[in-house]
Amino acid sequence: MRKTLGRAAVPLLAIAAAFALGAIIVVLIGDDPVETYRLLIGSALSWPDGIGYTLFYATPLIFTGLAVALALHAGLLNIGAEGQLYVGAFAAAWVGIVLAGLSPWVLVPLAMFAAAAAGGAWGAVPGWLKARFGAHEVINTIMMNFIAVALTSYFTQYHFKEAGDPIMQTGPIGEGARIARLGGFIPGLPERIPLNVSFLIAIAACIAVSIFLWRTRWGYSLRATGANPAAAEYGGIRTGRQIIIAMTLSGALAGMVGIGEVLGYRYRFYDGFSAGYGFTGIAVALLARRSPLGVFLAALLFGALLRGGLFVDIFTEKVSKDLVLVLQAIIIIFVASAAGFRLPFTGSSKGEGKV
Amino acid sequence: MLELREVTKRFGRVLANDRVSLGVRSGTIHAIVGENGAGKSTAMRIAYGFYRADQGSISIDGRIVEIRNPHDAIAAGIGMVHQHFMLIDTMTVTENIVLGAEPGGVALDLERAGARVRELSSAFGLAIDPKARIEDLSVGQQQRVELLKALYREASILILDEPTAVLTPQEVQELFAILRSMRDQGKTIVIITHKLSEVLALSDEVTVMRDGRVVGRRITRETTAADLARLMVGREVLLRVEKGPASPGEPVLEVRDLRVTAQDGSPRVDGVSFEVRRGEIVGVAGVEGNGQTELVEAIAGLVHRGRVAGSIRFAGREIAGASPRERRELGIAHVPEDRHRRGLILELDLRENSILGVHDRPELSRAGGLLDRRAILEKTTRILTAFDVRPPDPELPARALSGGNQQKLVIGRELDAGPRLVLVAQPTRGVDIGAIEFIHGKLIELRDAGCAVLLVSAELEEVTSLSDRLLVLREGTIAGLVDPASTPTETIGLMMTGGAKRGMK
Repeated sequence: MRKTLGRAAVPLLAIAAAFALGAIIVVLIGDDPVETYRLLIGSALSWPDGIGYTLFYATPLIFTGLAVALALHAGLLNIGAEGQLYVGAFAAAWVGIVLAGLSPWVLVPLAMFAAAAAGGAWGAVPGWLKARFGAHEVINTIMMNFIAVALTSYFTQYHFKEAGDPIMQTGPIGEGARIARLGGFIPGLPERIPLNVSFLIAIAACIAVSIFLWRTRWGYSLRATGANPAAAEYGGIRTGRQIIIAMTLSGALAGMVGIGEVLGYRYRFYDGFSAGYGFTGIAVALLARRSPLGVFLAALLFGALLRGGLFVDIFTEKVSKDLVLVLQAIIIIFVASAAGFRLPFTGSSKGEGKV
Repeated sequence: MLELREVTKRFGRVLANDRVSLGVRSGTIHAIVGENGAGKSTAMRIAYGFYRADQGSISIDGRIVEIRNPHDAIAAGIGMVHQHFMLIDTMTVTENIVLGAEPGGVALDLERAGARVRELSSAFGLAIDPKARIEDLSVGQQQRVELLKALYREASILILDEPTAVLTPQEVQELFAILRSMRDQGKTIVIITHKLSEVLALSDEVTVMRDGRVVGRRITRETTAADLARLMVGREVLLRVEKGPASPGEPVLEVRDLRVTAQDGSPRVDGVSFEVRRGEIVGVAGVEGNGQTELVEAIAGLVHRGRVAGSIRFAGREIAGASPRERRELGIAHVPEDRHRRGLILELDLRENSILGVHDRPELSRAGGLLDRRAILEKTTRILTAFDVRPPDPELPARALSGGNQQKLVIGRELDAGPRLVLVAQPTRGVDIGAIEFIHGKLIELRDAGCAVLLVSAELEEVTSLSDRLLVLREGTIAGLVDPASTPTETIGLMMTGGAKRGMK
């Protein structure tokens, strides 16, 4: 318990500091910080709309946060969650459209699997390039983002758009591919709020990633590779293979964003639907310090900020929803600098200080 | 006279120096000995201004001096030679020496500086050419350049941190001669070391530290190695390796014409053949960087296959193409030379480090790929107990252990797998005397239990006292195979550096 508290200290301090600095900015802009924060937090936590939407916004961030965190455990920085989630979402829509006639019992799992598989394949490519040629995953995942966005856009426009539709989106997926909204099951939560079953899948993914990383021998090999590749190799672990596995799993998690977006919310693939979820996922994973439980909490925080930001935008005179971006950025700067600040002291240089 | 008075220094929760008081008389060679973590380097780094003391004072010749950084130390006449040299390889000796203390005004007068360097070099018998490039110098010569750097800055007190760690036996003798000549010309020398033989051979006075405190001062002539060891460790220590004669059986490892190349294609191991039999320790001596690392890593399977040629047979089976994991499964264990780089995953805990290399064996797994946490904890506890790893807390990260305890953990883990062949590289590097005694005992035990041991060490005394047969490696080839018990150290030293070649029948 004390250990967990100790690990949470830096993120909590970072959040507090960000809110303090944010307050100063609000004052400088000429608005009332107390009122602004009351709006921000109040609108994010109201029932049912606030909480419903906060959880809805948090869902994709849980997936991308987990994706980035898992790759970080293998020593890899996956900047490609954005591209992976586009490919995953498109694959889910494709299955939902092409196989629309199938029974929901087959179609839903198939579409979900397609989302994960496509994202995974998209992640595997830079993983393989890294393992085989030593090509840096940061560069290649960024490049894969461009390809993913452009390709899904192309297929949407030229192959899957309904004739005459002015919006860049595919036709609808079959009824049988839809997953339920939680509004139908939770008393008081209206079904118009798009919070859906994918939120539960995201929670399950947090638990699964936790178990995978710390309780299985595969997770052990992956973490060993990330923490010290030379030692992992010495221990008989094939580090190249671990890199490919990690990037594939990471991509699959990012691809699962498509489950909620396509099967549970829009019921079609909508070009450019992601509000940078893949990139915010990096912030989520950093704030979470790579822990799956932390990812869940950090995603909730960022989801709440997204939701509250809209209300700040509308109901304050001068503050815009960009305040949320400022808060996010300050949090990450604090978390990142705290981690950097620690390095020299947690290194092998203790006491005697000899290397 | 250099004096530290009641110097205290904390690093976080660690009390590195606890009211350390020591005096170094002018014109003497003063040794500061202690185990790793005893605080000797910290105390001297405070004297050199690398760290600032939390409390206490430093005085020179009775006057208190304020030393806030190395600049102040140099101004006060203190120079320091570090374990790792701070030289720029592509520059000449003179350029390196004047770096940071360039003579003249705007224009750099290298001629005058060079003349001064030459003068200093001959005065103290350093034999260094001021115009030579650093990259062309041997390690021993580079160390002398570091000495010159301090002398050029007119240091009267020279601090040397573990100066012999990187030297061959001959170079050690040369260094000692130089240091004695410096003392005789009025310089004051402080040498930090943990090697008792050097203390006794070189110093005039000794200060012994343990756990951040000064625990004893001795006049070197009036003390013994056993006395110093007892002070350092805090109990009686067995300094000599006790072992009976070996009773070797059939060959376990047969290496034939092994060649290993570096990434750039240059040969590192160049046609080496030897065998290691059951129940014997074969030692490999040599100056570091003469192919020892590559030899061991090639046998362990850690060198890319494209860079290895020749035959490696284990228990009659060719293993040159086998993966590291297959070799482990056959019964080859490996204590790597660098426990931080290869042997441990510092941020993971002791349980996770105890299963490195065996994590996917069936006895540690349950259904569905889950690790069997109870079996892992049992294994960890077994290793920690049998190898006296302290503190024996399985949940600590490996980073939290001292060097000696980390090494005991690595050795314990490798031996726990029940190997038939153990590759041991630098088993006691950076390990304190108490742990050295323990590790040496374990290696002999292992041999007597019928294991084959290949032992590589840069410590000549260690390989000669533990091995039953000794290979001398030089420039990737075997310069000699000798009986370590009957061959004088000087002869082995000559083989290491290219003076003689001899065989043993």
